[in-house]
Amino acid sequence: MVPTNYYVILSAILFGLGLFAFIFKRNIITIFMSIELMLNAVNLAFVAFSQALGRLDGQVFVLFVIVVAAAEAAVGLGIIILIARSRQTLNVERVNLLKL
Amino acid sequence: MLEYLWIVPLLPLLGAAVNGLFGAKWPNKIVNGVAIGSTGLSFLCALEAVREFFESGQVLFHKEFLTWIAAGNFRVGFDLLMDQLTVVMVLVVTGVGWLIHIYATGYMAQEGGYYRFFSYLNLFMFFMLILVLAANYVLLFVGWEGVGLSSYLLIGFYFLRKSASDAGKKAFIVNRIGDFGFMLGMFLLFRAFHTLDFQAIFTSSTLQGWPVELSGHPGTLTFVCLLIFTGACGKSAQLPLYVWLPDAMEGPTPVSALIHAATMVTAGVYVVARSHILFAHAPTAMLVVAIVGCATAFFAATIGLVQTDIKKVLAYSTVSQLGYMFLACGVGAFSAGIFHLMTHAFFKALLFLAAGSVIHAVGGEQDMNRMGGLSKKMRWTYLTMLTATLAIAGFPPFAGFFSKDSILLSAFQNENGGRSAGYALYGFGLATALLTSFYMFRLIFLTFHGKQRYDEHKVHVHESPRTMLVPLMILAVLSIIGGWLAAPAMLGTGPDYFTKFLQPVFGGSEAAGPEGEVRALELTLAGIAVITALIGVTVAFWLYLKGPGKADILAKSMRGVYTALLNKYYVDEFYAAMIVKPLLWISTNVLWKAADVAGIDGAVNGIAAGTTAIGDGVRHTQSGNTRSYAVWVVVGALVVMAVIFFWPFGGKPVLEMLR
Repeated sequence: MVPTNYYVILSAILFGLGLFAFIFKRNIITIFMSIELMLNAVNLAFVAFSQALGRLDGQVFVLFVIVVAAAEAAVGLGIIILIARSRQTLNVERVNLLKL
Repeated sequence: MLEYLWIVPLLPLLGAAVNGLFGAKWPNKIVNGVAIGSTGLSFLCALEAVREFFESGQVLFHKEFLTWIAAGNFRVGFDLLMDQLTVVMVLVVTGVGWLIHIYATGYMAQEGGYYRFFSYLNLFMFFMLILVLAANYVLLFVGWEGVGLSSYLLIGFYFLRKSASDAGKKAFIVNRIGDFGFMLGMFLLFRAFHTLDFQAIFTSSTLQGWPVELSGHPGTLTFVCLLIFTGACGKSAQLPLYVWLPDAMEGPTPVSALIHAATMVTAGVYVVARSHILFAHAPTAMLVVAIVGCATAFFAATIGLVQTDIKKVLAYSTVSQLGYMFLACGVGAFSAGIFHLMTHAFFKALLFLAAGSVIHAVGGEQDMNRMGGLSKKMRWTYLTMLTATLAIAGFPPFAGFFSKDSILLSAFQNENGGRSAGYALYGFGLATALLTSFYMFRLIFLTFHGKQRYDEHKVHVHESPRTMLVPLMILAVLSIIGGWLAAPAMLGTGPDYFTKFLQPVFGGSEAAGPEGEVRALELTLAGIAVITALIGVTVAFWLYLKGPGKADILAKSMRGVYTALLNKYYVDEFYAAMIVKPLLWISTNVLWKAADVAGIDGAVNGIAAGTTAIGDGVRHTQSGNTRSYAVWVVVGALVVMAVIFFWPFGGKPVLEMLR
């Protein structure tokens, strides 16, 4: 049995990587994937705690997160495709129409 | 009709509403019908109510029609009262008011805003009737303020003329000063008696056991009476608040006759007379009333001596006569005051209406120096006005003789404040009678006698139409017979019927009626008064008819006095410098520029400017750089986390509370 600590530490590392990429990457697809990475890091923590506490709540929650993530991926990818079409680029620095 | 007494005031209100709402498009005839009809019906209803009052054996009638304010034990209602005093007031108001309405249909026929005029006039009647019928101080105050409003509207009737709208404002503001005193008086009265109902106060055991507040020991009632008298001073144009009444002559002449001579300005006298039981407990206040009244009577009469505007002379005469009424109240002769109020309503309304007829005839001219010799062309106006002049000057058997005589007698007998006070009051009263007789006959001689001083080619002098003459004649008859109720007492054939009639109201506070040697004194004083009046007439005759230049020579020889009188003792200028200017300065520099512009506007604009500035600073976070938004999201998430884990909330971190 792997101790719960390990899972939580792994989850934190994954989340930190995702966060880092979320802030510092310029490619929209990479940013998008980093969000997915953060979501899954959280899922991992949920499942680990669920197993450690012997309760199913965490696992149920994970299923919800996956569903929401799938929906978000569909919408997000749609937006990305539109941006790519209209700007011929995936660099977020170029998506700055709201700038003053 | 007594059970439905509310109809009496309501009818004029209906007339005002109908004319005010629909009259604009109606021809004058229909407006006339509504205005005269409503007031005439009101007069008839009042007559019927009075008849029932007499039929019931003159038992005081008091009925609660509606509750207006109810708070704990305190109740104010639309309660109406009918006693002997009300009978006199209601009949004077509706009767004289009706006659003046009829007169006005002739006088105002050519004027614009015809419906508006009659709507206001009816509104005035409504409030005046509320004032005299009210059974408590609060409802009386409603009428009190209402007549002030109507007065304001009617003084400023020709609102395109700046002097008229200014005069309206002046009347309103000066009255406000008095009303403030009146309200304070009511509050004090409520504190002492826990009610404001006339009957409840006057018959209360608190008042029965109240000690008479001797001079030097002023108590609550002295202050109550002085404050109520302040209100009366404003409404009845007494020193020092009389300044609005002469200016109020900017209104149309029927208004001057109805509001500023016959009815509204006597409201102060009515209130003092109505509160006579309170005043009886406060001799100091009584003395103040007597002195103020006497001083006003004399003071206004002196100004009246030199005025050349026919209406201004009558205005100062009104102020002076009102002073007489207060003198009567002050020396405890309330019924004499009310008697003079009634006769004054007749002859002063007549004087104003006749003056209006003259002004009408000479094409709007009001300066007596441009009249003269009108008696032949306006026979009826002349005769009626002469009647009124004889009445006000105090010649027997005209009405003013009897009322003025009983006031002077009461002043002579006054012992409040010492015998010398009584003699001084009598002396000034008599001097005022002399001045009155002089300036009234000066008016008659300048207007109706002597050479024509108007341009005959420009004005076509004509007698007024019948609608104007008939009220004049009726009022002339009343000016003659109005005083005869008191005649038997003077002739020794019976009691003074007027005083006797009011006895149930004033009984407790008045001295006993004249008998025996008092009658001898009365006859002597009456003789002196008549001789005084004759001197006044003779002097006026000598100065203005016999030698027309003599008045000017006299004026030149007493230049200082003459200028002071002509400029009304510079009272208006004094008030302007002492009160109006400082107030304006404070309003402009403190209230407007400091408090309003800097304070209130500053705060409002400051908040707006601050919001803009914060927005201007914060908008730079909206860089348009997607990655910076990402950082904000992370920072936001971190802040939320930090709050949840570490924020001490009521001693515990938020996390503890979530569990």
